[in-house]
Amino acid sequence: MELTGAQIFIESLKKEGVTHLFGYPGGAVLYIYDAIYQQDAIQHILARHEQGAVHAAEGYAKANNKPGVAIVTSGPGATNAVTGIADAYMDSVPLVVFTGQVPRELIGNDAFQEVDTVGITRPCTKHNFLVENIEDLASTIKKAFYIATTGRPGPVVIDIPKDVSNEKTEFVYPETVKMRSYKPSIKGNPRQIKSAVDAMLAARKPIFYTGGGVILSQAADELTELVRRTGFPITQTLMGLGGFPMSDPQSLAMLGMHGTYEANMAMHKSDLVIAIGSRFDDRVTGNVEKFCPDAKIIHVDIDPSSISKNVKVDVPIVGQVKPVLAAILAELDQRDAIFPAGNIENWWKQINEWRKTDCLNFDNPGDVIKPQYVLQKLHEITAGDAYVTSDVGQHQMWAAQYYNFDKPNRWINSGGLGTMGFGLPAAMGVQLAYPESTVACVTGEASIQMCIQELATCKQYKLPIKVVLLNNGYMGMVRQWQEFFYEGRYSMSYFDSLPDFVMLAESFGHVGMMIDQHTDVESALKEAFDRKDDLVFMDFRTDPEENVYPMIPAGGGQSEMILV
Amino acid sequence: MRHVISILLENESGALSRVAGLFSARAYNIESLSVAPTVDPSVSRMTLVTRGDDHIIEQIIKQLNKLVSVVKLQELTPVEHIEREMVLIKAEVNDKTRDHVRMMTDIFKASILSVSPTHFVIEMTGERRKSQEFIDALAPAVVVEIVRSGSQGMSLSDKPLRSN
Repeated sequence: MELTGAQIFIESLKKEGVTHLFGYPGGAVLYIYDAIYQQDAIQHILARHEQGAVHAAEGYAKANNKPGVAIVTSGPGATNAVTGIADAYMDSVPLVVFTGQVPRELIGNDAFQEVDTVGITRPCTKHNFLVENIEDLASTIKKAFYIATTGRPGPVVIDIPKDVSNEKTEFVYPETVKMRSYKPSIKGNPRQIKSAVDAMLAARKPIFYTGGGVILSQAADELTELVRRTGFPITQTLMGLGGFPMSDPQSLAMLGMHGTYEANMAMHKSDLVIAIGSRFDDRVTGNVEKFCPDAKIIHVDIDPSSISKNVKVDVPIVGQVKPVLAAILAELDQRDAIFPAGNIENWWKQINEWRKTDCLNFDNPGDVIKPQYVLQKLHEITAGDAYVTSDVGQHQMWAAQYYNFDKPNRWINSGGLGTMGFGLPAAMGVQLAYPESTVACVTGEASIQMCIQELATCKQYKLPIKVVLLNNGYMGMVRQWQEFFYEGRYSMSYFDSLPDFVMLAESFGHVGMMIDQHTDVESALKEAFDRKDDLVFMDFRTDPEENVYPMIPAGGGQSEMILV
Repeated sequence: MRHVISILLENESGALSRVAGLFSARAYNIESLSVAPTVDPSVSRMTLVTRGDDHIIEQIIKQLNKLVSVVKLQELTPVEHIEREMVLIKAEVNDKTRDHVRMMTDIFKASILSVSPTHFVIEMTGERRKSQEFIDALAPAVVVEIVRSGSQGMSLSDKPLRSN
């Protein structure tokens, strides 16, 4: 049967099993929106800004392990979406983003709402397409989902000229896709896996350093089995938290710029670093010249270009984390390998000495609300089982340090791009993926204002998100850097005017709470999380000049931490 | 160090800009780049000359391979290969220099494509070093315009670089 481009769009999404579509209409996508109107298999979520639509699709994908799908119009619709697309690119989030384009005959004419979307998004997508012929639409969508979700996942943009969405052709959705130029490797090289096992058996000061690849590959079970079997310590990156339970005694919590003392010291002194689905980001390594000077490095990653990019690797294993970990476990089984506790007894003694520093301890005198305390209480009240999204800044680091994620996919934040404004729309995506689950958005008064308009979307779709605003009046992380490195000149990091967040939340139809007493924190959180059906916006007035510790100053080595 | 890379990429709009964009985004340099369709019209072949230490070249190769439009690539520098560049030169000549230019053209096995009372247009094909020597040897005639094709490279292996 012949279908229009707009109908092919709908039918193709159905074939891909898409149930949620995040978007915002406009001129170039009106045929598609007309087709959206005439079906009910796919729920369209109307964001209030295209950036919000894409972040929501990201939150959905990150929590759900399914691709997020968004649609925006041409021109400003596409440019507003770019921040979300770039964010997904940095954090390897599988997304398919459809953008409207002006009709083909107008392309290149500086037409109304025309931008070169393919040109603009080229450096921040895994791949992108302009659909020049209606006959190519279905196969392009098939390819886009395939590319977005396989190998190292990432965003794919499909730019559809308006006239293409109204042309007709026979609808045939390809069953399979084969691309001669795109063949991601899945399994690791068996010889390298043997070398990795040899190195692990010989190590005396080993450490696992795992990242977002564990979450993306859904390999938490395999990782947990391997870590327990070896008895080695493990530290996780910001993107990897929850891949292994942080409450486990083998966990040294997060590493890097705001990682724990024991994690960074153990990395620095180790003789074997087993990097799994992590990419030696500059926020992890600090000064690469001083990074892990005595360690042999095993690196498992699906992306060959991540291997030996920042740090020279001794045992490279290109492959998906899950099958590679399964192969390592199988190799251990085959050898009947055991890891004698005696081999690493001294190593654990040393680590436990470092742990005595108790670097995440903080003064909590009770005369002011400490942000760390709010997050500890948030953990208690949600039994550590909430989906937690965050924006970017101090609150993000405190959430990573104090929420103690025990499960994968529960911690949803913008790590690579560091996008303020991510948290609230991402929480919408998570809540839509898991309507019955508890979703908290930890944010700051600066970040939340960047996508505050999405409170209206939350109302429209009755999303009972709990917004935990740690309001210190400053752009906290900017202020902290200015305090440390710019002699306390707080240039433009203070808001002389802030909205009344309670009234603001209420004006959107939500429940607002303002908490400025330490003794009210727990009861306020309890009350908020008891309101299962309401979005509750909690404005916690926290210590204005609290800093995130420990901290490795930019350019410093792993062992050069500021502790208090 | 100078490296020559042969790249087969999908012959589709925007493929060239994906390669060029990768180099600018990651601050790699391009010394020359030439591209044209191959016997298989769905594939273009590019010869790209770049500079960098081993670490940079390794990253360049990996990043190029990561581009969805890149079908296959081969680094020519470590293998036996030939490299050629075509140069068109417009030289201003007069009664004193005309014979000198003709002689140099013969010696370097270049050819004069066009003659006017005051100018020659000369084609020269060869290794990059040779074409530079030729240009230098034309003095005292004045070279007023030059266009270079950029390097073309091919390995001497019997096994062809193919898309399948």
